Amino acid sequence: MMSLQEIKKSFLVSLWFMFLTFPIMVIKVNTIEQTIDWRWWRMAGVGLGAFCLSFVWRYAMARKEAGKKKAEDDNIVKVPLFQRLLSDRRFTIPGLVTSVALVVIFPFVFSWYQTGILITALIYVVVGLGLNIVVGLAGLLDLGYVAFYAVGAYSYALLNYHFGVTFWMALPIGGLLAMIFGILLGFPVLRLRGDYLAIVTLGFGEIIRLVLENWNEFSFGPSGIANIPKPGLFGLKLSLQESTIYLYFLMIGLALMTIFVVRRLQDSRIGRAWIALREDEVACQAMGIDKTRTKLSAFALGATWAGMGGVVFAAKTAFINPASFTIWESVIILCVVVLGGMGSILGVIIGALILILLPEYLRAFSEYRMLVFGALLVVMMVFRPGGIISGVRRIYHFEEPQQSTDNQKA
Amino acid sequence: MKPVLDVHQLTMDFGGLRALDHIDLQVNAEEIVALIGPNGAGKTTFFNCITGIYTPTKGDMVLTRPDGEASRLNGLKPNRVTERGMARTFQNIRLFQNMTVLENVMIGRHCRLHSGIPGAIIRPPANRREEKEVVEDSYRMLETIGLTQYVNEFAKNLPYGAQRRLEIARALATEPFLLLLDEPAAGMNARETNALDELILRLRSEMKVAILLIEHDMKLVMSLSDRIYVVDYGKKIAEGNPDAIKRNPAVIKAYLGEDIDA
Repeated sequence: MMSLQEIKKSFLVSLWFMFLTFPIMVIKVNTIEQTIDWRWWRMAGVGLGAFCLSFVWRYAMARKEAGKKKAEDDNIVKVPLFQRLLSDRRFTIPGLVTSVALVVIFPFVFSWYQTGILITALIYVVVGLGLNIVVGLAGLLDLGYVAFYAVGAYSYALLNYHFGVTFWMALPIGGLLAMIFGILLGFPVLRLRGDYLAIVTLGFGEIIRLVLENWNEFSFGPSGIANIPKPGLFGLKLSLQESTIYLYFLMIGLALMTIFVVRRLQDSRIGRAWIALREDEVACQAMGIDKTRTKLSAFALGATWAGMGGVVFAAKTAFINPASFTIWESVIILCVVVLGGMGSILGVIIGALILILLPEYLRAFSEYRMLVFGALLVVMMVFRPGGIISGVRRIYHFEEPQQSTDNQKA
Repeated sequence: MKPVLDVHQLTMDFGGLRALDHIDLQVNAEEIVALIGPNGAGKTTFFNCITGIYTPTKGDMVLTRPDGEASRLNGLKPNRVTERGMARTFQNIRLFQNMTVLENVMIGRHCRLHSGIPGAIIRPPANRREEKEVVEDSYRMLETIGLTQYVNEFAKNLPYGAQRRLEIARALATEPFLLLLDEPAAGMNARETNALDELILRLRSEMKVAILLIEHDMKLVMSLSDRIYVVDYGKKIAEGNPDAIKRNPAVIKAYLGEDIDA
């Protein structure tokens, strides 16, 4: 598999890199003494590094190719490890029990700071699952998703500031307002798809942010809104720690509700229509699916979850300003969906946990965060283009003459 | 009895190019009609016009249900046309690649179902019943077409001939009374073509559908069709039964070119 040929190729790559980096890595001009330092040892380092990286890359690619060929030769559908584990009850039930136990005891074992981080991650789970409807299921690349998140957050902050609306009232209102904005965005972009859709949604996200930043009378501009109350529990006065734990469980509840709803939608008439729309728009219409309604419903539902996520975000941070809703936020949520696995619920959850928790615990390397992010995404797209856990379609079992259905889903 | 499809003076211009030039065409109930012509004659454009993918420049298209209810197709969206009972397949296969075979057929049932978003979330009994029915109906459709061995397979993993048949199954799932087939035998070998011949005849007798097909395989066209329309450069140059078309000098000219010595 790895022949001399490959080693030679890697060697050439390392030579090329040594040549390319020669001026910056090796030559150093000492301007005071007017001499040139030749740092040849650095060149050796570059050469060795490039050789190793190139070799590892080639090895991984060769393995991938070989795996693909083998699967083709044997004419078997290779079931990835994750999916095999997920369909094995011996694994899923203990796994489920452990994760439930972990989730329940977490806030009592770890500090409220840790709990706070996990709340943020859970917000991204909810918002990511919402975007999963739009991007993963309906295949509409939405780069302005954060706008709906902002709508939710600001609707709670402003309604509370002006009218004293409580969290529990604001949660559905925020979702509803975001849904209306989703439909408002949906109408003009009905005809667009692919790159064009991405550009328009990107613009929409920026419009919302700029309006919030500049319309001082409405949104208090860049100075934002402070003192947003935490959710209340039947009028009880909660300490900071208690309210964090409360918010944590509330978020768990919201995440579970989201999972429940998305799961049911996925295998329904409307969910199938979304996927058909993603697969082929023309054929989808020719099979009698109303494109307008299907697209709008995807936008509206996706936006609703973003809106509710936004309300929780405002309640959690107690302070919001437009800086929280930049394009960067949209990109992270999109990364959650793409990295986790488009159209897969478990994938999105894992993606959100990785992408939010990793940077928090890798604060020491925060300078390299972007670098690691980029590298991670490139590697993922090459070796697992479907995401960590790719979406699985429902399997129906038929037994003659009686027919029953069984569910095996990620 | 009125024809199920009555197209009158259909004209389609793309800028300065007249792709269809005043075409008249009728399909009667449970009739198999073929639309043939050299490449680029406008056959697929004709399909796209009557199914609402293109908006024709001029002309009338009327679809009449077997029970007599007529509707004008002009200006209808493709999904509305399908709802009215005319379904189609595509020349270059357009299946939903990353959905299973069963799900592809279930999509075809979409326009005959009613459950909406709240129903999908709450799943009331009516919704459960509907879901159960759609699964069973779709499976039965696969049985009719003979694709049950692939039921949970992704559409993209199917052999070519099976993909073509799945397209037909998906179209039939919309409960049409008129089925449009765009080159159903393209890329099939002789054995598969023969099976297709039988399948189409069986569909007509079992499901009572009329069929309008575009096809280049003359053997298939001649053996299947009750009537044939021939178009060339967007104009209808002949119509009639297979024997008459075979002998028609205009058709021979269009296909083989003009004899220089004549």
